[in-house]
Amino acid sequence: MRRRLAGISLLGVLALTAAACGNGGGGGGGAQPADGPVTITMWTRAATQAQSERLVAEYNRTHKNQVKLTVIPTDNYQPRIAAAAGAKQLPDVFAADVIFVPNYTSQGLFMDITDRIAALPYKDKLAPSHMELGTLDERRYTLPHTLDLSVWFWNKDLYEKAGLDPEQGPKTLREFAEQATTVQEKLGKDGKVHGTFFGGNCGGCYVFTFWPSVWAAGGQVMNPEGTTSLNDQPAMTEVFKIWRELYEKKATGPTAKEEQGPTWTGFFPKGEIGVMPMPSTTLGLMPKDMKIGVTPIAGPDGGESTFVGGDSVGISATSKNADAAWDFLSWTVSDAAQVEVMAKNKDVLARIDLAANKYSAEDPRVVLINSLVAKGRTPYALRFGQTYNDPQGPWLRLAREAVFGDAAQATQLNAEVTKSLQQ
Amino acid sequence: MTLTTARTRRAARATPPARWRGRKLQGWLYAAPTAVIVGVLFVAPLVLVVWMSLNRWPLLGQATFNAPANYLKIADNPLFVDAVLFTLKYTAITTVLLSAVALGLALLVQERRPGIAFFRTAFFLPGAVGFAAAGLLFYGMLNNDFGPIDPMLRALGVTSEPVKWIGTPNMALFSTIALVLWRFAGFNMLILLTGLQAIPTEVYEAARSDGANRLQIFTKITLPLLRPTLALMLILSVTGSLLAFDQFFVFTNGGPDNSTVSMVMVVYRDAFFRFDLGGAAALSVVLLVALVGLNTLMMRRLR
Repeated sequence: MRRRLAGISLLGVLALTAAACGNGGGGGGGAQPADGPVTITMWTRAATQAQSERLVAEYNRTHKNQVKLTVIPTDNYQPRIAAAAGAKQLPDVFAADVIFVPNYTSQGLFMDITDRIAALPYKDKLAPSHMELGTLDERRYTLPHTLDLSVWFWNKDLYEKAGLDPEQGPKTLREFAEQATTVQEKLGKDGKVHGTFFGGNCGGCYVFTFWPSVWAAGGQVMNPEGTTSLNDQPAMTEVFKIWRELYEKKATGPTAKEEQGPTWTGFFPKGEIGVMPMPSTTLGLMPKDMKIGVTPIAGPDGGESTFVGGDSVGISATSKNADAAWDFLSWTVSDAAQVEVMAKNKDVLARIDLAANKYSAEDPRVVLINSLVAKGRTPYALRFGQTYNDPQGPWLRLAREAVFGDAAQATQLNAEVTKSLQQ
Repeated sequence: MTLTTARTRRAARATPPARWRGRKLQGWLYAAPTAVIVGVLFVAPLVLVVWMSLNRWPLLGQATFNAPANYLKIADNPLFVDAVLFTLKYTAITTVLLSAVALGLALLVQERRPGIAFFRTAFFLPGAVGFAAAGLLFYGMLNNDFGPIDPMLRALGVTSEPVKWIGTPNMALFSTIALVLWRFAGFNMLILLTGLQAIPTEVYEAARSDGANRLQIFTKITLPLLRPTLALMLILSVTGSLLAFDQFFVFTNGGPDNSTVSMVMVVYRDAFFRFDLGGAAALSVVLLVALVGLNTLMMRRLR
């Protein structure tokens, strides 16, 4: 009797343990029948949700295989990827902010797709900065998924009311500051309208909106290897100084200093901001009746550049559906998807050979943004996220001291940034 | 007769061990489900975390043994050292304020009076709000762009310009403490209330008939008899505060300028932003040992 009871209880324990372990495996979808349609899983972050959803919907409509898309809040994306990778539960396909891609590839999260990419007829026409960041030791791991460029938007109605020429956007960062100040002085009395705005407590916002001014002036923010920060050099200091003056003149809106990122693009569409740097992907989301001018980000005295951001997409290293996943990925950069899905919705294209297409010609602003892909940059650093995007990283402290606090600390804080890049 | 007695005696001697063995096995069986749950959900992860802390642990691929590197580099982590000091400061302030407010509330609603159930429920209700949701709620209420608190204060003439609720290090800390008080005072009140109601009314009556005034009754009767309950509340509050994460993660995001980064936030950052799982595990182990030590000390002192 005793033995039997002990045996039963042992069995119970084993069954429980097996059940607990059983949940751990097979995140990639498990084995599929050889011929039947396959459903693959995909993750993307909320920031580029609209583009991913459109691509997936069109693919699902026209293909037997299906893609099941999960959208994850942008702030939580990196931790979710890390947790899923640790538990070997990554989806078949996942998109990632392009600047995080070098880190992900070095961690072995993406599958090597060098040979598959080499077989594409337009392999040399894929967005160059995205392709560069998806390459490690001459092996390729990702395709461009969405492109998001930083540009200056100005509100033509507010310009007109402030007595500025509504058809002339700023050509230099100094002109930008003058025009923002004019809007603030003429229209900002009641506290509703502000000259400009920026994400003052958001590391990623600073790099996306301030660095193009440095590049436009011929300066650098890091060495090419992404291991030494040059953010205490004159080119960056000058840009910080102009923004600092705007803040001190109260032309930036009272909450710029506290803006942590999630809402930094929310004020321009409300018609509250004269001129500010914005992500190009938001152009298609602006109110239809709003008159918006778009111009490249310039340096203090001219030039033009942009931060080529957005997402790259790859097959996860643990996927069991690599062929089906590649079928979807290669389709997203095909003529059909790029023109009829991306260009139709005013999105920047992942292929430079399609920049001039039947839709882009309808809106000269889209042509301008597409033309910037070749001029813009995507900085490379293995430790980009933890250095520049992480709110507890060293870059945010440097930028905040430079704009709101003690600018003299730049050299010492820059050393911290370099230290983080080399970890 | 003698035979029967002897047989009965022998039987009596023989039965207990068999019954005991049966009962012992029964005891094990009763404990088995809990033992399995504790084993799978606590002991196994704990062993894994300790093992992780002794290895370089990549997201995918093989771990490599590197002890004690993960522990040695903790001292080089200025963010963690600052976070320890900040978390201790936060714990001290929160525990004092939380105890005072909870005790005050408990004394207010201690006696059965008409309508007292309404107040008890009202004080406890914030405890039913999820902590992350409470953080978002405060973020929305105190937001300078769209929060309703600022315009209300200005309309009442209390302030003349927007208050930076989470804009400066001190304001961020105190706004968070306000959130924690709002969320937890009612729950702690409930704990203290059970202690208060366990004090026999005869003791109070005796004290009153001896001529003790209210203050004397409070310091000489209520507080000493409430000591075990207060100890429980203190231990819960100190442990909870030292492990603070949600409130800072959701409400202040560690800002401004890293002034509200708690210890667990550093663990989270190391694991999920820096992908240094071994280092994060080492921090967790240090935190665990410190907490167990502190709790043992508190249990002894407060017993």
